Amino acid sequence: MATLTDPPSSGFRLSKLIYDTRYRSYTFQFIALMALVALIGYLGSNLMQNLRAAGLNISYEFLGEPSGYDINQRPIEYDSQSSHMRASIVGILNTLIVAFLACVTATVFGVLAGVLRLSHNWIVSKLMAVYVEAFRNVPVLIWILIIFSIMTVSLPGPRSFRGEEATSSMLFDAFAFTNRGVYTPKPEFTNPIFTSGALNWLLVLAVLVASWYGARAIGRWATRVQEATGVRPTTWYLTLGVWFVPLIALMMIMGLTWVYPELKGFNFRGGIQIRGSLIALWFALAIYTGAFIAENVRAGIQAVSKGQTEAAASLGLRPGRIMNLVILPQALRVIIPPLISQYLNITKNSSLAIAVGYMDVTGTLGGITLNQTGRAIETVLLLMLFYLVISLSISAVMNVYNNSIKLRER
Amino acid sequence: MKKSLFIGALTAAVVTGGVAGAATLDDVKARGKLNCGVTTGVPGFAAPDANGKWEGFDVAVCRAVAAAVLGDSEAVEFVPTTGKTRFTALASGEIDMLARNTTWTFSRDTDLKFEFTGVNYYDGQGFIAPKALGVTSAKDLDGATVCIQTGTTTELNLADFFRSNNISYEPVPIETNSEAQQQYLAEACDTYTTDASALAATRATFENPGDHVILPEIISKEPLGPLVRHGDNEWGDIVRWTLNALISAEELGITSANIGELSGGTNNPEINRILGTEGNLGEMIGLDAEWAKRAIMAGGNYGEVFEKNIGENTPVGLARGLNAQWTDGGLIYSPPFR
Repeated sequence: MATLTDPPSSGFRLSKLIYDTRYRSYTFQFIALMALVALIGYLGSNLMQNLRAAGLNISYEFLGEPSGYDINQRPIEYDSQSSHMRASIVGILNTLIVAFLACVTATVFGVLAGVLRLSHNWIVSKLMAVYVEAFRNVPVLIWILIIFSIMTVSLPGPRSFRGEEATSSMLFDAFAFTNRGVYTPKPEFTNPIFTSGALNWLLVLAVLVASWYGARAIGRWATRVQEATGVRPTTWYLTLGVWFVPLIALMMIMGLTWVYPELKGFNFRGGIQIRGSLIALWFALAIYTGAFIAENVRAGIQAVSKGQTEAAASLGLRPGRIMNLVILPQALRVIIPPLISQYLNITKNSSLAIAVGYMDVTGTLGGITLNQTGRAIETVLLLMLFYLVISLSISAVMNVYNNSIKLRER
Repeated sequence: MKKSLFIGALTAAVVTGGVAGAATLDDVKARGKLNCGVTTGVPGFAAPDANGKWEGFDVAVCRAVAAAVLGDSEAVEFVPTTGKTRFTALASGEIDMLARNTTWTFSRDTDLKFEFTGVNYYDGQGFIAPKALGVTSAKDLDGATVCIQTGTTTELNLADFFRSNNISYEPVPIETNSEAQQQYLAEACDTYTTDASALAATRATFENPGDHVILPEIISKEPLGPLVRHGDNEWGDIVRWTLNALISAEELGITSANIGELSGGTNNPEINRILGTEGNLGEMIGLDAEWAKRAIMAGGNYGEVFEKNIGENTPVGLARGLNAQWTDGGLIYSPPFR
């Protein structure tokens, strides 16, 4: 048997780093790494040198000082006397709120559009093609501005709700659609024992989690019965009961009342205000990214071989069940990895918030705080760190999910 | 070890060539153009006209400096900056001076390492509201939605004003003046707040300016002026005394009409010193004798610049008020040319 290469000689010569295929790739990678480190080192020391020359330094002390500005959407207690740190946290929470809402909505839009695009109905599939092509080929910033402008111009101001000859009126006397946002009733707990706001909502969350476990237990019991007897018991009323009875009971105990928005002074007060800027950003991100997700979903479905559909059909499954039980579970392993990067895109694109004045972390920390303190490098480094951490966290969570739905080969 | 040595040598080699020189004057002369930071467009203060030529009250300061230094008031590269980018642009050397409705404050002067070279407009933050709203005082604005240009001192003043009067408001941060105008006109906010001069300038562009009132309260002191970087005092002097030359010219009655006649020599020694026919002020500042003459000829004296761009006969329609000469009861005052 002929050997293709000579057996390696025992001595090590420097030229081997280039000519020996075993080491060559490492050599080049090492050189590339060195060049990268040198470049970063150069940029870093250049920065320090120039800062010193200008008499400036790197300092994060400003985070503890009062911010001096107000923020309209405050998920936590905040006023102009709070620190820049707290202002940044408010911004971070606002970023997370819009990113979460947009991710959920984009997924719904995307899955619907992706499945419908494969519909045999010509009109439906063409409509979805138009949606996908129109939305993913126009920059998301334009969509944000378009939605915001349309809301501002087409919806009435609060003033037109006033007086005897009001030109606008509230929907069911509970919802007001204005160019400053949508006002909805707000749940409040009146029972004097339950006064702490955060604790109340934790309680609600705990009940919901318990209901979820209950519903799952019912499902498992039904499966056991089915496996033993071949007949699946009807469980929908049980599940419904587990979901709603404890929740309604809790609400009664805590004394739930709805606070309706009312026009007082310049604005509606009471109730929840969903600001126009949030709505514009949320929907723009959702429909834009939804178009990309639709394509991912379509690719995932088409990656499942046609034989699967035919085999399922020959077992007598209806088309809806084929999609839910056979195709989608297999398509998910193709859909999820690109979906992760779409979620990351949503989170990062949410930094366009300032275009409509939504106070996300780029608006507070990277906007007003940067401007008032002049600490550009420090704030931008913090911003980068934040987006990095968030993106890696989303990746990590989604990868765990991806692993759980991977095809398990036996 | 080899690695760290290599990097150390590399960085040391490169950094020595790095930092920009401090002599802005030489840079400007070598370039043949003055890089001047202005707004992205506030009518009357700095905005391109129909032919794309920059015009306005702040622009006139840039042109005067260019005329004094380079002998050509057209040799200016106008760099539009936003409230956010202006300081970085100046600190990094992208622009040589900033003339952009910038408020002189302690921290900007000291912490951000800038040098304010004087005040060309004494302003204060005000509110504009539709007449139909029936508001006569800013203190009536409890609960109002306030549009506000983000990245300026106005945000802090606004927070302080509402806090000290113990009333609430809803801030709507907006990136640019034109967007704020759109939001305000669509009634997405009840009132819009920024410097009173800018409010007047903005109102001038409305379809029905008479339907909007500027509320009487002025909630802050906003001395606006040109500024330069710390570390080059000679350049700072040039910008400062160019502005002072315009102000002194008005006080002494030097106008673009009579400047040719006056530069033949007068019996007022200060006029002679400014116009370079007596003494050697130009030499002291590192320029030639006729620097101030050229600066004044570029757009006229302070009063002429004011009347032409933002005065009562322009759409902006601002009265001199605080910005009258000290001899007329205003605050505009130049140290003597001596």
